[in-house]
Formats: sequence, structure tokens, C-alpha cells
Amino acid sequence: MAMLLGKKIGMTQVYNEQGKMIPVTVLQAGPCTVTQVKTPDSDGYAALQLGYDDVKASRILKPAQGHAQKANTTPKRFVREWRLGAKDTPGYAAGDQINVASFAEIKYVDVIGTSKGKGYAGAMKRHGFGGFPGSHGTERKHRASGSIGGYGSDRGHGGNVKKGKRMSGRMGGERVTTKHHQLVSIDEENNLLVVKGAVAGPVGAYVEIRSSRTRSQK
Amino acid sequence: MKTKLLESVEQKSLRPQTPYFEVGDTVDVHCRIVEGEKVRTQIFTGTVISRKGRGMNEMFTVRRMIGDEGVERVFPLNSPNVIDIRPIRSGKSRRAKLYYLRDRVGKGVRLSQRHSKHTVSK
Repeated sequence: MAMLLGKKIGMTQVYNEQGKMIPVTVLQAGPCTVTQVKTPDSDGYAALQLGYDDVKASRILKPAQGHAQKANTTPKRFVREWRLGAKDTPGYAAGDQINVASFAEIKYVDVIGTSKGKGYAGAMKRHGFGGFPGSHGTERKHRASGSIGGYGSDRGHGGNVKKGKRMSGRMGGERVTTKHHQLVSIDEENNLLVVKGAVAGPVGAYVEIRSSRTRSQK
Repeated sequence: MKTKLLESVEQKSLRPQTPYFEVGDTVDVHCRIVEGEKVRTQIFTGTVISRKGRGMNEMFTVRRMIGDEGVERVFPLNSPNVIDIRPIRSGKSRRAKLYYLRDRVGKGVRLSQRHSKHTVSK
């Protein structure tokens, strides 16, 4: 298990050993500072709190400044927790640096980002609904969602719409985890992780990167 | 927008040295072909009729006549499967894309030779 915080740099392509071109996302990951070590005794659960990207002290709240000072580091813009099992030993102390070298043995990673906001989107774009035909008598409802329930639907008589019914609304801007990205290469000099495939969010957005739990790391 | 960091990642996939060749040149393209376990080199000879794209995405098109049939192959310039590109004859061309050669047959597909230093004899 390993985790880092980072930033999306952008996408490009590289060739692999077979000479095939593969699409990759370049992530700048770390170096992260451990800002706090949480233990079951003191906090009820075990975790490492990581901070990434320095920020000027005057741009951040006083409590956050004090929190950083405790770990003997500068205030960080992006702070997230790396949750550990109760029996795991943290392996790091507050103030320690973690960099991409900690991913050296890892083959697959999960990347968590915030997707691009799409604004108020219709049911076709938001949920993949089929819409209505373009012709054959269809009028003024080519992209409509269709029926959302009848008189005797699941919420009793009298036309209540079922909770969670998929409709148009605000889309994107939410936390998205993409799993099992093959870790193509690591550049320790520039703190880069190169992962196969696309990662949620715009270029420059903060991401969390952690080793995949479900796929073999061999 | 391409950042320096992105370029540093691409750098490893780029060909260390690209032989100089132009549109209109006749080139030998040495391709690596993997057939199951066996790896062999195949040479495709023809006229370069187009070069397009930049950096990682640069592609070039080679056209040759096999019998009466025109055959075109598009190669990524930086692909490791393109082992070597050898310009063997330089042709005179006044445009960047020689797509008009597709409409020609027989002697019309020839370009008049231009004497240039970058070609290598076979």
C-alpha cells in the first residue's frame, strides 16, 4: 500500500516495449509531507495525513498554519488522509517526506480526482438515456427523458416521483476514482508518475494516487 | 499547451536521431515485423507523399506501385517498429502533399530527380 498526492499535468502517448503506442496521463506526485500521524489511541483510527503543494502562510487560516508548524513543515494547499488498518505500522513520522520512489514496486494504481463540471445537463448526457427518434412524428421532445412514473408508481397513488429517479441536473464536479491504471514509468527527478489511460479532472487539478488493492501488484 | 514536463515524458519515446528526408524522396523504410516468436525486418520502398503532425504524432506516408495497384503505408515517425528510414533518391516536388500522384498511372508517377546530399546510395 502506498499513497501520494499530486497534480494532473496532462495526457500524451508513449511507446511500450512491443512498439505499441499507449495513451498515458502524466501526474506530478509529491513530494508529500506527513503532516500528522493518527493512531487508534488518540484519534480512534489509524491514518497518515499527507500535505502537498506549499502555500504562503498569509493565504491560509491560522489554525492550518499551526497544524503545519506542529509537523515542522510549511502550510500545504492540498491535505488528505491515507487511511491505515488498525494493526498497520505507519512507517512514517510527522514531518517525513514521501516521494515517487515509494511507488517503485507498484504496477497498478488507482487515481482519485474531481471530474470537470458539465453544468446543468440533460438525461441523455448525464445518464446515457436514449432520447426519442429524430423523425417519424416526434415533436419537441427529441432529447427528453420520457416517463418518470405513473399514477400507481412505487410511492403510492397520486403521482409521486420515486426517489433517486434519474433526471437532468448538475453533472460533473464530483469525486471520481479510476482504478487499475497500469503504472508505465516513474521519473524520480521530476516527481512524475506516468499512468496508462485517462484520469478525471482538468489539467492542473489535484489528485490522490494510491496503489490498487484489488489487482495483483506483480 | 504543452508543458516541459509532458515533453520530458515524450522525449523517451522519440527517435534519438531522425534521418533527414523530404516529401518527394524515395525512401527505404525498414520495419520490424513480429510473427509469433520470430522477428524479421521488412523493407518498404516508395515515395514519401506526405509528412504531417508534430513531435510524438509525426506521421509520414509512403506510396509505391505494386503492379498496377498503388499501395500506401502510413508510418509513425517515432515508432520503434520503424527501425530505419533511408532516403535513396531525392525527387523534385513543389508542394507539401503529393496526393495528386494517386490520380496518375504509369510514367506519370515519376518525379524528376533532384541532386541532393541527404540521399544514400543502396
